[in-house]
Amino acid sequence: MEAVMTGTAPGQWEPRIVAFLCNWCSYAGADLAGVSRLAYPPSLRIVRVPCSGRVSAEMILDALKAGADGVLVSGCHPGDCHYLQGNLVARRRLSLLKRLLEFVGVEPGRVRLAWISASEGEQFAALAREVTEGVRALGPARRLAKTLPEVRHA
Amino acid sequence: MPDLAGQIRAAARELLAAGEVAAVLGFAPGPLPMTTRPFAARTPAEADRLTWNGFCVMNPANLLPEILAAVEPPRGPKDPPPEGPLPKVAVVATGCWSRNIVVQIQEGRVRRERLVILGIPSRGMIDRRKVLRRVGGREIRRVEEGAHELRVEGPGLHETIPRWEVVRDNCRTCVHPTPVVYDRLLAEPVERTGVDRYAQVAEIEAMTPEDRWAWFRREIAPCLRCYACRNVCPLCYCPTCFVDDSRPQWVGKSLDPADTALFHLLRAYHCAGRCTDCGACESACPMGIRLRLLTKKLEKDVLELFGTEAGLDPGAPLPLAAFRPDDPDEFLTAGPGGGAGPEGPPPREEEPA
Repeated sequence: MEAVMTGTAPGQWEPRIVAFLCNWCSYAGADLAGVSRLAYPPSLRIVRVPCSGRVSAEMILDALKAGADGVLVSGCHPGDCHYLQGNLVARRRLSLLKRLLEFVGVEPGRVRLAWISASEGEQFAALAREVTEGVRALGPARRLAKTLPEVRHA
Repeated sequence: MPDLAGQIRAAARELLAAGEVAAVLGFAPGPLPMTTRPFAARTPAEADRLTWNGFCVMNPANLLPEILAAVEPPRGPKDPPPEGPLPKVAVVATGCWSRNIVVQIQEGRVRRERLVILGIPSRGMIDRRKVLRRVGGREIRRVEEGAHELRVEGPGLHETIPRWEVVRDNCRTCVHPTPVVYDRLLAEPVERTGVDRYAQVAEIEAMTPEDRWAWFRREIAPCLRCYACRNVCPLCYCPTCFVDDSRPQWVGKSLDPADTALFHLLRAYHCAGRCTDCGACESACPMGIRLRLLTKKLEKDVLELFGTEAGLDPGAPLPLAAFRPDDPDEFLTAGPGGGAGPEGPPPREEEPA
């Protein structure tokens, strides 16, 4: 996860959002946004996952621990899941996790779930803009980020 | 107050003597006042060591799979299971423990036909810390439990404490004190209604995110990461716990507040929809962290969002392994116009069933 989080210029803060996109819909939707040359903020670090149901609470919290300012999980619309029901299970899991995180004081809006299909390039760009602006308004995430001195390069 | 310890001993003697069960899982007195330890009696004579009091705070469901495996005839890893039924184990169970047994049945950990459940409608277990606070931390040598009071004795200490005042928080707000599954019920069923079981959670929910974060940091700050809460929990049986994973290392080994926070969040989250609020984690915690507040919050949300409670129906699917097409989704990120983009969602030909 640390590898995903690198690559921000020092000095000015830009939101860094880890986006878990499902291979079958949302990743293709992001791809379509790209090939359609739609402009959207470069704040998303995309992690391709086989299904939104693959995204575990561990992965989301790991992203926040690594310093992500926001986490977006996106999968197929209900009923369109390649694995028939992965996104519906993800919806249950995410709704609980989001409430638990908000319960311990993580700001609402840091962790998001959205449905994007493979044909929704426009919608993906709009989602990226909306999520980025939402996270920008919240400011840098400090609450679950681990801030020990870097030891990997020592 | 019925002599429950005597009844448990009598039932255990009878079951063991008749050869109906290979072991009876219950409690034996601990080495110090206000402690008990889990104990499996295997002979009628050993049944006399079984006890019952308000300090039986561990959840025996945690040990059931292990004891069931231990009473099976020894066999190699590739040998076929023996002919005929496997030996049974009897276990004492209050309301929450019986629901944990149901969860174990749902998860395929134990089989109902191998259990003889001695149901005990619970009067609530006692929080040692509350007793110690009541006597100002003075040494306690002996505690005698009456129907509604505790007589505490120590050097220069003779006090009578109303029992209900030192009952654990989870027991005070329990609405399922009577076991949901049992073979024998050793006392009269208890009904408890009109309890606001989510009052503690609602109090925290009413705070601002900043205050909630401050509360959470304060609550988990003393955590030693001894994992007693995990080890005592009947739900935590993964062969490799997420805290022991090293690649990826979800939770660091350090006492960095972020690592501790992640441990507590994930520990609670893994119990979502399965936790029966037995309070064993909180009773086991050496630092007095109120671990239940997180699991209770999840219990509240599972009930609110999915309408289910853990361990009430052995045939029901686990809430996080199931879904309904109309599950609440107002938390979804919807773009302007209610859809995923400025124009709203594209027209869809049919709503998925």
